[in-house]
Amino acid sequence: MATSVANQVPIAEGLFTWPSNDPRLLGSKCKNCGVVLFPAQSSCPACCTEDSDVIELERRGKIWTFTIQNFLPNRPPYEGPETPETFKPYGVGYVELADQTRVEARIQTDDVSKLHIGQDVELVVEKYIERDGKDIISFFFKPVDEV
Amino acid sequence: MDVAIIGLGIHPFGRTDDMTGLDQGAFAARKALEDAGASWDDMDFAYGGSAAAGNADALVNKLGLTGLQFINVANGCATGGSALQSAYMAIKSGMFDMGMAVGFDKHPRGAFTVDPEKSGLGKWYGDVGMALTPQFFGMKIQRYMHEFGISEDTLIKVAEKNFRNGTLNPNAWRQKAISYDEIKASPMVCDPLRKYMFCSPAEGGCAMILCRADKAKQFTSKPIYLKAVSVKTRNFGSFEVFTQAQALDRADSPTVKASKAAFELAGIGPEDIDVAQLQDTESGAEIMHMSENGFCADGDQEKWFAEGHTEINGKLPVNTDGGCLANGEPIGASGLRQVHEVALQLRGDAGKRQVPNQPKTGYTHVYGAPGLSGVTILSV
Repeated sequence: MATSVANQVPIAEGLFTWPSNDPRLLGSKCKNCGVVLFPAQSSCPACCTEDSDVIELERRGKIWTFTIQNFLPNRPPYEGPETPETFKPYGVGYVELADQTRVEARIQTDDVSKLHIGQDVELVVEKYIERDGKDIISFFFKPVDEV
Repeated sequence: MDVAIIGLGIHPFGRTDDMTGLDQGAFAARKALEDAGASWDDMDFAYGGSAAAGNADALVNKLGLTGLQFINVANGCATGGSALQSAYMAIKSGMFDMGMAVGFDKHPRGAFTVDPEKSGLGKWYGDVGMALTPQFFGMKIQRYMHEFGISEDTLIKVAEKNFRNGTLNPNAWRQKAISYDEIKASPMVCDPLRKYMFCSPAEGGCAMILCRADKAKQFTSKPIYLKAVSVKTRNFGSFEVFTQAQALDRADSPTVKASKAAFELAGIGPEDIDVAQLQDTESGAEIMHMSENGFCADGDQEKWFAEGHTEINGKLPVNTDGGCLANGEPIGASGLRQVHEVALQLRGDAGKRQVPNQPKTGYTHVYGAPGLSGVTILSV
């Protein structure tokens, strides 16, 4: 990586392990009913109890559904680096992680037209934008053949 | 004690630059009073809502300071439906004899802007470009099409029908038909949904007067009875907007729950409905809501559209006034517009878009963020 870890800041605390050579998304697993949530939270909306463990989520999964964002979102809240001139449509989908949950995420790909349900994708944690001289690190999924 | 709707009022939906949202609400309220032959002074109570045009109870400054009980309702896209449900309960409980449900709004142009933190989400969710409702609509229908074999052809036909119905409605925002080919060629917004498959935020007002059924005939020869009203929120596992992770086990949507509860309350079934309004934020929503409300099996929509069953002269006319697609969505007023249309149809007063053969029983359904539905069943 071009910049040192010291100059890298996760987009939010607690979403994924960082810094790490093998970053994982962090979910929670309810000790009562076993339901897995992302992001991690202490209360369980499935069984209404408040006792859970933080767990690392699977790195690989399959696209369960997706869409392609074809227009530049409003700012705020959007903070992506594009201008109207450089904007390219991007993928968003729910990625099914076996026996855990379906996580909503940006899908990074060189060719959005090839996105499809059932596609194998893998977690990547990388620079999203620069803010106040720091690299803001976020999570994405990528087709496994592009990782 | 049954509850009757005895007065209907609407301010045309769309863009009215020289009127505030509140003005449009007051306009609709006065129309509803005039339609009922009642005065504002006769109202024991009012429930009103607006998402972006101020407090609904500011209407009293325009309509009169009569001292009535006025309660503001804020319930996302189901604001209008929730105002109506509250009015229904106020009469049903025996506490009041007569009152008003009213809603209005005036949204800026363009897509709704969302503040993730107000919905209990992290700020990051908006930063990365996921706090957009069209993405949810795209992803939900994408999965549905995959599971149940719905084609793009049917998505186009929904929009074509609703814009065509809008041409028959003098209160609609969009009164120009949009052809199949124009819809198909319009720009992709969030796959598989195109520009002309979406409704837009808009302006408008809608109001209705409700009273105890035994007093209705004093005001009108054609009262419409509210046989059931139901509002439900999401259960864990239903596929809803702004859900950062979905459960592996799917649960029924709030629409399924609200629909079942309403049919049970009314003591009838989907086969008894003659005309329906189903939330059509975009084409995909109308398709999925046909089955979620119990009118057809998943996947049968393909055949229903091929055979025109939801046209004005079909076996179950849906969104006869053009729906959200042709009317736009002023949040506070939108759910009430649906009830206004079905009540007009049941009275036989729907003009050029009147459903033939005197429909007797109607149905309305509104759905909105963050995952709630409101259903009503009406009859003559």
